[in-house]
Amino acid sequence: MKTSKKKYILDLVTYTLLILGAVIMITPFLWMVATSFKLPADQFTKTLIPNPATINNFKELFGTHLDFPLLFYNSFLISGLITIGQILTCAMAAFCFAVVNFRYRNLLFTLLLITMMIPSQVTLIPNFILFKWLHLIGTKAPLWVPAFMGGAFGTFLLRQYFLTIPRDLVDAARVDGASLLRIFWNIYMPLSKPALAALAIFTFQGAWNDLLHPLIYLPAVPNTTLTVGLAFFQQQVTQGGKYTVLMAGGLISILPLILVFFVAQKQFIEGISLSGLKR
Amino acid sequence: MVYGLKPLGRERFWLLVLLGPTLIGLILGAFGSILATIVLSFMNWDLLSPPVWIGLENYISLFTSEKYLVALTNTIKFSAMYVPGVVIISMFVAILLNRKIKGITIFRTIYFLPCVTSAVATALIWNMIYGKDTGILNYIIHSFGGESICWLCTDRAMISVVMVNIWGAIGEGMIIFLAGLTAIPREYYEAAKVDGANEIHRFFRITIPLITPSIFFQTLISTINAFQAYDYIYMLTRRGQGDSSVPVVVFSIYRNAWHFFNYGGASAQAIELAIIVIALMVIYFWFEKRYVVYE
Repeated sequence: MKTSKKKYILDLVTYTLLILGAVIMITPFLWMVATSFKLPADQFTKTLIPNPATINNFKELFGTHLDFPLLFYNSFLISGLITIGQILTCAMAAFCFAVVNFRYRNLLFTLLLITMMIPSQVTLIPNFILFKWLHLIGTKAPLWVPAFMGGAFGTFLLRQYFLTIPRDLVDAARVDGASLLRIFWNIYMPLSKPALAALAIFTFQGAWNDLLHPLIYLPAVPNTTLTVGLAFFQQQVTQGGKYTVLMAGGLISILPLILVFFVAQKQFIEGISLSGLKR
Repeated sequence: MVYGLKPLGRERFWLLVLLGPTLIGLILGAFGSILATIVLSFMNWDLLSPPVWIGLENYISLFTSEKYLVALTNTIKFSAMYVPGVVIISMFVAILLNRKIKGITIFRTIYFLPCVTSAVATALIWNMIYGKDTGILNYIIHSFGGESICWLCTDRAMISVVMVNIWGAIGEGMIIFLAGLTAIPREYYEAAKVDGANEIHRFFRITIPLITPSIFFQTLISTINAFQAYDYIYMLTRRGQGDSSVPVVVFSIYRNAWHFFNYGGASAQAIELAIIVIALMVIYFWFEKRYVVYE
């Protein structure tokens, strides 16, 4: 009896703390949704239910000189290209590191892991100078081209997964005369869909949410990404504008990722666990 | 013997093709860029006039420039609050969630939401929450009879920004710790129970030692993130001419390079940032060897 009472109290404390935390975590989102449906005159009212509610703020996004559809298109195109580039080139390298025996394999892999610890700010300036010299500032290329040169995080993640695929499969395929490329493309890629999906989600999310790189390479409104566009929009609104429209823009910009998250929550969670647990 | 397929004949070529992008990335993107940044850090270059070799001058000004020292102090202060904040809170949330409670998926989803959405978008609403005259936070304080607080003014902006950054990072840490916690075999607890260990004992003798790998990993990731934190700081504290009320080193690098066209000075700052991060990593790995328990 004593233990069940103790458990009851502990459960109560657990739920209270978790609910309190959950309120703090979700209130900003609820507030954003609420504000985006309010009339501009009500933008600072402290109610969570907009009264009256309006969808004009969303309509206005298409009328501003910001050109929201263009921002969306740019973010989508850049994030999509980055995702394709990372999936492809990281998988190619991860396959070599996990399956093929070649000279300097461990040295190369160690070098790659070292790059994970280097702050990206170190590579920012020479990359900028290089792209400036190639006259590519103001284009999307500097944002997505580097994604086609592999990456430490993606390669590491996929290699970890590739290592769990039974070797017998490779040996059997080899006996049947399958080439390296065939083994990579017909065995490893199809069997690694969960890991590939996780990496795709992470990469897309990171690219979609990136601010610093587009700020450097595509700094000029209107032809830029959602993040830079919103940052610019915010600056304008704080000098006297409609917060309701700004919130509508913010809400629309996070909606695609929230949808992906709800559909692929398992991949999200497993991907993070995969990167954190195994060594 | 090292296992691995031996490439046969023409496959050597295909091996090179598969590794090619990564090799180019390593040579050009990673180590080439680092080398270039080091070279740049000894120069004075605005990209318009030809570069001038100035030796250690950029590095000397790292110690004499008051603006930069403020940025460095801010970065260190930020990290000193952010890293323990994220590690401890996310570990705490994970431990609560691991008590096999109902509704774990709902809680997990809610806590993870800020990690999915962009800092830029959520900073828009945090800006409204922190508003001095119109924000909800001050409204709540007011309704309890308190005084309005200027959350984003110079003296308090640091703490406000750290809080939002922690808010945005708890979800990911929580997942890391949950993965570590669920990997602990149940039998350990059963055996300890039989031996008469109480809950507190079990927590400190079983749970904590066995999640040291997660603590290590999360501390590492949080530190790397802390030294590169930019988005929330940019969105919540920026002022005119690329200035900020909480200028951190990354802010200083960006401002020096893209506002003042002082690419050499910015490079020196970037190198120093990298050296600090690498030094911290070395210390962390030293600790890992001694205190982290791997099964």
